Amino acid sequence: MGLIQKDRLETIIPRVMVYVVLVIVSLPLFIAYGWLFLNSLSDGAFGGIIPNKFTLQNWRFLWSEVRIGTTAFQSIWPITWNTFVLAAGITVIEILIAALSGFALSRMKFAGKDLIMKLTIFLHAFPGVALLIALYIVLQKLNLLDKLLGVILVKVALELPMATWMMKGFFDGIPWDIEWASYIDGCNRLQTWWKIIIPQLKPGIAAVAIFAFMSGWSEFIYAFTFIYSPENYTLAIYLKNLIGDFKMLDYGLLCAAGLFYMIPTILFFIFSQKSLMKVSFGGVKGPN
Amino acid sequence: MAPVTERSVMLERDAQLEEKNLFQKLKDTCQAASFLAPFLIMIILFFAVPVILTAVLAFSGMDFKLQWNFVGLDNFIRILKDPVIPQVAANTLVYVVFTCIINVGFGFLLAVMTAYFIKNESVGLFFRTLWLLPRMTPSVVYALLWIWFLEPTENGMLNIIFKSLFDMQPHNWIQDNPMKVIIFANGMIGASFGMIVFSAAIKSIPEDYFRAAMVDGANDFQIIKNIIIPFLKWPIMFATIWQTLSLLTSYEYILLLTDGGPLFDSEVLSLFAYHKAFANFEFGYGAASAMVLVIIGALITLLMLKLFGYERMMNPSKLGN
Repeated sequence: MGLIQKDRLETIIPRVMVYVVLVIVSLPLFIAYGWLFLNSLSDGAFGGIIPNKFTLQNWRFLWSEVRIGTTAFQSIWPITWNTFVLAAGITVIEILIAALSGFALSRMKFAGKDLIMKLTIFLHAFPGVALLIALYIVLQKLNLLDKLLGVILVKVALELPMATWMMKGFFDGIPWDIEWASYIDGCNRLQTWWKIIIPQLKPGIAAVAIFAFMSGWSEFIYAFTFIYSPENYTLAIYLKNLIGDFKMLDYGLLCAAGLFYMIPTILFFIFSQKSLMKVSFGGVKGPN
Repeated sequence: MAPVTERSVMLERDAQLEEKNLFQKLKDTCQAASFLAPFLIMIILFFAVPVILTAVLAFSGMDFKLQWNFVGLDNFIRILKDPVIPQVAANTLVYVVFTCIINVGFGFLLAVMTAYFIKNESVGLFFRTLWLLPRMTPSVVYALLWIWFLEPTENGMLNIIFKSLFDMQPHNWIQDNPMKVIIFANGMIGASFGMIVFSAAIKSIPEDYFRAAMVDGANDFQIIKNIIIPFLKWPIMFATIWQTLSLLTSYEYILLLTDGGPLFDSEVLSLFAYHKAFANFEFGYGAASAMVLVIIGALITLLMLKLFGYERMMNPSKLGN
């Protein structure tokens, strides 16, 4: 009897310890994101941790202009729209191109297919950031510098290899019979692709689209490097400038602006908790 | 005239078939090319051309006027002679090695805790999702959290903690420990990569192994050492090389947190190339520094392909099986 209890104790103690350790190492995350939220709504003195009085003053950038000294920051709404255009543009173009190339790689026989498959994987691993300087020259030659479209195209190209590979996987999972039936009914390949195959892939495409949108929404380095006119700024650049001017001065404002920027991220987390871990590997190629 | 044998008829038919096949093949390739055209155009414009351009730029002295004036090997000689390069190289090495250790080591710990010790699937999932949060957070907001945490006045979180524990005066953490700051900030993001890969791999170990070990009376530590680690050999190797590659070339968080400073105390090679090009407008010199990274990047990518094979590269959590 005593032996069994000792045994159970030996298995239970490490498990309890693991919970304790996990909670402790995760504590900074709770605190950091909790602080971001609380501070955006409180009238706390500077960077203090304990929230003071409830206020909406930190969110003033939503309805009035933010001033520091004599310089005024531009309204956040056009910038939010820019960010949306950037993210949505990346999503749409990336999905369209990847769906075409993924289909070709999955269903067609042609010379050089193997080579393209290998190239896709090579490029997925290859660090695109190392090409930033040359990309600047390419965009300049294409007259796309300082334009959202330039950043959109660069981002799409960098994410295409992975998206194509994922799309190919989805196409591989669709039985040939459905496609044959469509050919027999007289569709050509493009019609079949658009009318028969793509509708079958909605969940997969949605997953790729969400990740493309999220990465476009959070994009910093390319937008920061290739865009310099304030009217083309995205939220990332806006917030970077805001941090530069307001850190140590007004963390409430910074938190509110940061939280505003994070709204899509938060929604994404709430709605896709379960499916997140299953597909997240595809989106995991972040900055590192 | 040759007699019409059965064989010659067959040969003729084969030849006709082959001709038809060739025609069909050509048609197939054309069709595939039309589906692949947008993909290939994008890859050529934004991968192939930039690689060539980086190589050509590296031999030019292009500056803010964006004019090509070739200077031969001058840029590379300049890199070798640049007085800050030894420090930049040392920083790069320290940054990559230590961040990688955090990424892989801490990622492994998180994976073992959430995928092996915690049997309740949704609790494990909750913690893994939580640790994915820094990665999904826009980098500027993530940097803001660190800037506040390390704020140099007495209102900074770390200063408040140290004051209450050791009664210490406020410290300017970013100024005094720039390397540690960038290593920790990047480590916390990279850990989720290892965590995802490793926990998927742990989940794919057949349950029988754990049961057999339990029957034999193995404790948790022995199970980790003798079952989990051997199974995760390939995923661990994969994550290490992958992270080395991405850490070598990523500088987004460094740019946001320290911008390489103070002076060159946290400047790494990739950021050095960026600064040369976009702060000093020495595109040629910047490209030469980036060229070093492009070559290292291509070599590591090839090494990975060789080690892990093409199919498995896209699904590293299954590497163990």
